Amino acid sequence: MAVNKIKLNDAAAIGARANAADYLVRRHYFRWPEASPWLIAVACYFIFPDRMTFGNQVLVMVIFALSLDLILGYAGIVTLGHAAFFGIGAYVAALLSLRFGWSEPISGIILGGLLAGLVGIVVGWFMLRYRGLTLLMLTIAFAAMLQESGNLRSDITGGYDGLPGLIISPLFDTFGYDLYGHTNYIYVLVVLAIVFYFVRRIVYSPFGQALTGIRENVQRMHAIGSPVHRRLVMVYTISAAIAGVAGALFTQTNAYVTLTVFDFDNSAKVMVMLILGGTGRLYGAFLGAAVYMILEDYFSKLSPTFWQFGIGLLLVLAVLFARRGLLGLVEDAGRYLSKRKKP
Amino acid sequence: MTVAALEVQRLNRSFGALHVARDIDLTLERGARRALIGPNGAGKTTLVNLITGALRPSAGRVLLDGDDITHTSQAERARRGLARTFQINQLFRGLTVLENLAMTIGERDGNCNNLWRAAGAKRAVIDEALDRLDSLRMVDDALKLVRELPYGRQRLVEIAIALTQRPRVLLLDEPAAGVPSSESHLILDVVAALDPDIAILIIEHDMDVVFRFAKHITVMVQGAVFTEGTPEEIMADEQVRAVYLGQEGHKGARHG
Repeated sequence: MAVNKIKLNDAAAIGARANAADYLVRRHYFRWPEASPWLIAVACYFIFPDRMTFGNQVLVMVIFALSLDLILGYAGIVTLGHAAFFGIGAYVAALLSLRFGWSEPISGIILGGLLAGLVGIVVGWFMLRYRGLTLLMLTIAFAAMLQESGNLRSDITGGYDGLPGLIISPLFDTFGYDLYGHTNYIYVLVVLAIVFYFVRRIVYSPFGQALTGIRENVQRMHAIGSPVHRRLVMVYTISAAIAGVAGALFTQTNAYVTLTVFDFDNSAKVMVMLILGGTGRLYGAFLGAAVYMILEDYFSKLSPTFWQFGIGLLLVLAVLFARRGLLGLVEDAGRYLSKRKKP
Repeated sequence: MTVAALEVQRLNRSFGALHVARDIDLTLERGARRALIGPNGAGKTTLVNLITGALRPSAGRVLLDGDDITHTSQAERARRGLARTFQINQLFRGLTVLENLAMTIGERDGNCNNLWRAAGAKRAVIDEALDRLDSLRMVDDALKLVRELPYGRQRLVEIAIALTQRPRVLLLDEPAAGVPSSESHLILDVVAALDPDIAILIIEHDMDVVFRFAKHITVMVQGAVFTEGTPEEIMADEQVRAVYLGQEGHKGARHG
């Protein structure tokens, strides 16, 4: 009898162990709901062939929001100056085409990402010694400084009038651009998929775990021997590079750029999108950017002067009732449904 | 000649005019069991912070295994085998217990430099984390979020993390603080059963625990080492009774 009991206990203990191990082993596995945003993005290509330009803008903002999620959602770095890196990417693509006659698009986004990353590593190394409000102010100041330097040399940057009429070569010298932006949509979607794959790998890597640790408790990270500053600079650099890629795509798909890409508005907008969608959950960037831009589009048609009221109201509601963003609501709904199904 | 596991030499620190550490000398031999006692505000936690590098001393030296670590970062000291627990829990509250330990192993072994491989791909890490939980009888809590655990269990996670670092020197800052007395024996049993090779400094207010656990006791008062000795010597010391034990007795009398 007693022997049986011990065996039973052992079995339960082994079961608990296996369960726990499984959880860590499988955490990064692909789950089917993850396919839905991609299916929707592809479906939009066929359903709204005349709204591809708008679709492009949404996808670019998804990439931008994804870059912010990496630092804000995972590492807990609060920044209101991420437009700095978006702007660097945007201007690299523009100046390459206009001043250097280099109009090949793919090398444009790679260079945009590289330069933004390079600036990210330098600025990050300096700024990430600080946290909280100090860091927040520094990020704002940095973006403002870049914008003002651009303004100072408006002979190069075109200032707030911008650089219109940029020439972008066809993709792979074959796929030209049409008025409706069909080629661009596929182009941006593919770049998004590649960027997303990278970000997803990082998030589920041991490095990504360490970032979560820094967000959760930086004191403890120091105490277990984590080189916190190095980790933060690393992720900030990656994030800056991705924001740069988003900026370069922005320029290329619009064939036009002005200094407003560095605007505080741009930094704040991407943060609002991410919070609306849900931080630290990868797909929050997708949902947030899409919902924000669709509503912005809708509200601005409804009332060209007061459209921001609608966005503001939505944000207040999200912060009050959906602390984890819209995606948090979706997760809750999914959990609720699966609970109801089981018993 | 054997080198002490940890040696603190004439350590000083002040905040403005307030001297929170004055000329502190302290030695932990290999496998030491030393208790640090003293009234509230004596600077015990400050000393732990100075040793681990959370605070910088204004003067003095800290030696780990004979190496001067006074000017190294907190993380570097941790990597060299100096671990601590906190008086107030410092845990990854939004993560599971298992993830708390897996992360500690990841940082200890340098896995966390990897951006590409999945965190769950190294089976050895998961097994080690589960073994650690097993030894503390916490496997059933492995998948619970830390913030959902009762406080006493969270204190155990604090210790589990520190042990997972495989320290040579362990600083325990009131490991049973805030835990109801009905559960504190769980924690103290774990503390009593720790690897005899680890040098341990424990800050503790419960004199029963101190006298049972420690082979040496250091008494601090107002930022300085007041005296030190074996439990018997400390117990017999009239002055210690006056500044510390006496005060406790006074408190007890008032409540009684």
